Amino acid sequence: MASITTTSRRTLSRQSLSKGPSGWLVAPALVFFLVFAVIPLAGVLFLSFTSWDGLGEIRLDGVGSWASVLTDPVTGNALLVTAKIIVYSFVVQAPISLLLGVFTSGAQKYRAALAVLYFVPLLLSSAAVAIAFKALLDPNFGMGPGLGIPALAQDWLGNSDLVLFVVVFVIAWQFVPFHTLIYQGGVRQIPASLYEAAQIDGAGRIKQFFHVTLPQLKYTMITSSTLMVVGSLAYFDLVFVLTAGGPGYSTRLLPLHMYLTGFKANDMGAASALGVILVVIGLVLALFLQRLGGRNRSASQLEGA
Amino acid sequence: MKFLRLRTAGTALTAGALALSLAACGSSGPAGGSVSADSASMWGLTGGNQASLQNSVDAWNSAHSDQSIKVEFFANDAYKTKVRTAIGAGQGPTFIYGWGGGVLKSYVDSGQVEDLSGFLEKNPQVRDRYLPAVLKNGEIDGKAYAIPNNNAQPVVLYYNKEVFEKVGAQPPKTWDELMALVPKFKAAGFAPFSLAGQSKWPNLMWLEYLVERIGGPEVFANIAANKPNAWSDPAVTEALTKIQELVDAGGFINGFSSIAADSSADQALLYTGKAAMILQGGWIYQGMKKDAGNFVSSGKLGFTSFPTVSGGKGDPGNVVGNPSNFWSLSAKATDAQKEAALNYIKDGMFTEKNTQDLIDSGAVPVVKGIESKLEASPDKDFLTFAYGLAKDAPTFTMSWDQALSPAQGDAMLSNLDQIFLKKVTPQQFVDTMNATVEK
Repeated sequence: MASITTTSRRTLSRQSLSKGPSGWLVAPALVFFLVFAVIPLAGVLFLSFTSWDGLGEIRLDGVGSWASVLTDPVTGNALLVTAKIIVYSFVVQAPISLLLGVFTSGAQKYRAALAVLYFVPLLLSSAAVAIAFKALLDPNFGMGPGLGIPALAQDWLGNSDLVLFVVVFVIAWQFVPFHTLIYQGGVRQIPASLYEAAQIDGAGRIKQFFHVTLPQLKYTMITSSTLMVVGSLAYFDLVFVLTAGGPGYSTRLLPLHMYLTGFKANDMGAASALGVILVVIGLVLALFLQRLGGRNRSASQLEGA
Repeated sequence: MKFLRLRTAGTALTAGALALSLAACGSSGPAGGSVSADSASMWGLTGGNQASLQNSVDAWNSAHSDQSIKVEFFANDAYKTKVRTAIGAGQGPTFIYGWGGGVLKSYVDSGQVEDLSGFLEKNPQVRDRYLPAVLKNGEIDGKAYAIPNNNAQPVVLYYNKEVFEKVGAQPPKTWDELMALVPKFKAAGFAPFSLAGQSKWPNLMWLEYLVERIGGPEVFANIAANKPNAWSDPAVTEALTKIQELVDAGGFINGFSSIAADSSADQALLYTGKAAMILQGGWIYQGMKKDAGNFVSSGKLGFTSFPTVSGGKGDPGNVVGNPSNFWSLSAKATDAQKEAALNYIKDGMFTEKNTQDLIDSGAVPVVKGIESKLEASPDKDFLTFAYGLAKDAPTFTMSWDQALSPAQGDAMLSNLDQIFLKKVTPQQFVDTMNATVEK
């Protein structure tokens, strides 16, 4: 998110250099950013060099928390689980959202009706989604035994090998509608003249998709992927309610590991160190995805259209 | 003093994060009397004792409109996280609901709770109403910081009599009998044991009792005293090995690691007849009485104490569990709030009505002289059984996750989870836990 707003801010300020409004107008936004992002971040960085149980005095501890976090095998496991969730989520969500987005961008009435239906999961809070799926997937009272279908009566949330895929599925169920919406908007912006030109050149529907739609959606893809990948780093509520990080450490994502370290084990120093790691990884990933789009991000794709 | 300011900032941060995640969990009861922002505040737990606490506060508020109390209820796991953060941020309630043990000690060490020794000294009638062994659990270094507020909660082996009849089995008296029952129930299509593994603390009851039966109370006393390598006691390894043998034999219900205790799904498995037995705290009797229709009243629920282990050193009369829950008083409360709180503790708790409410809900209040009331209750079989367990136990060991420091308790629950999932060996568990002993 952050990098996208910077982009638009930069284009804005370039336009407004000569005659634009006063720079003071950004002050409220800057104050918010400072109070709710920069200062807490500095606080967390400081706390990561201390040892604090949340109640007593904060004691400076040098790199003690960092040493314990970095040598703890649970941290390594949390990083691995997080990486898996990012990759699997992306692999599952990106193609589905792209295809659904292209599909729902059509002008037909039934497509508009379906688009509204697809949108419904987005209206539910993550906690509600997690509670609903937890009930459905319960091995003893859930839909498997309820419907009498043995194939559905797996130990979905209690089997260490299955649970990660279940989590990826539930995340996709919740977030595919959002990314579909982004792609739908992106496709609708593609000028009709491009398709007319392609038709004249003899391109069929599939060729039009690969040679017009996909290239034109480059920046939409980058936006959606950034949100998807960086968002994967922040999955917390859904996983916390669904599995609480278990069984064992199978779904203990980095943010969940940070929360449990901070608020269950009451080790705020270690939790802050994990928080810093999380921020660094998020920034690096966001930066990398922006770089993928090439340097000249403000260049228009619609020139000549 | 720079640190103090940073600390406040830190607590503000954490409190903010929590407010976001937990704000939705609270549910305030109907406010009786004239409850205002300056009233003493009280956080209680949802579940078996919610109604009797609500009644007690409502009665207090209507009789003492000038000293009213505002009570809110939270689910167990969410409460434990929320209250600690709130206290750290100076936003804790006047009445702090607790379990005693390591968490209480951390509050005492950071000066967050009031010393109530003087109050008990001045009001001997308060001190004398309790079973002395229970009252003692509210003491840290000889001073009283917490006062019992509800019922004794020994961990009990519950069983479904109907399922036992169908299979033709008897409740196990020894560990070997218990292991022999497992294939019997499995062959008949019942899960031998229900277990809420996702909540982690129900797993701990198995370890607590096995260590107690095998090695006696000294084993955990050494662990709680932070003695180096206390976890290396052979009783711990043997208990963990027995747990894994039971897991291997298929003793626990399919999918136990995704069952959460806060939703009472583990009890439901027992009273719906999917599982034959469950090892759980005394409080689930109240839950089943409320949720399971006539399962309890028609006498289908059986209960017994944990089996003995052959060659074990522990007295079979020893129990583990929660001696009671407790109220502590926040040191940050205003004088008016503290006064109202102490008056409530003195005159509002364990009134005739409150004690009867607790008994009617299926709980054993931790006060003296209630034998005749228990005898008169429709739940007298369970109540006299639980009261006897609590009163006659040579040793009543507090739940380990509450007795240890929060950091150690959390590490123990996570590692024990790994034992039940067979991801670590007993030796690895012992080594990890020895490393958490504070030097």
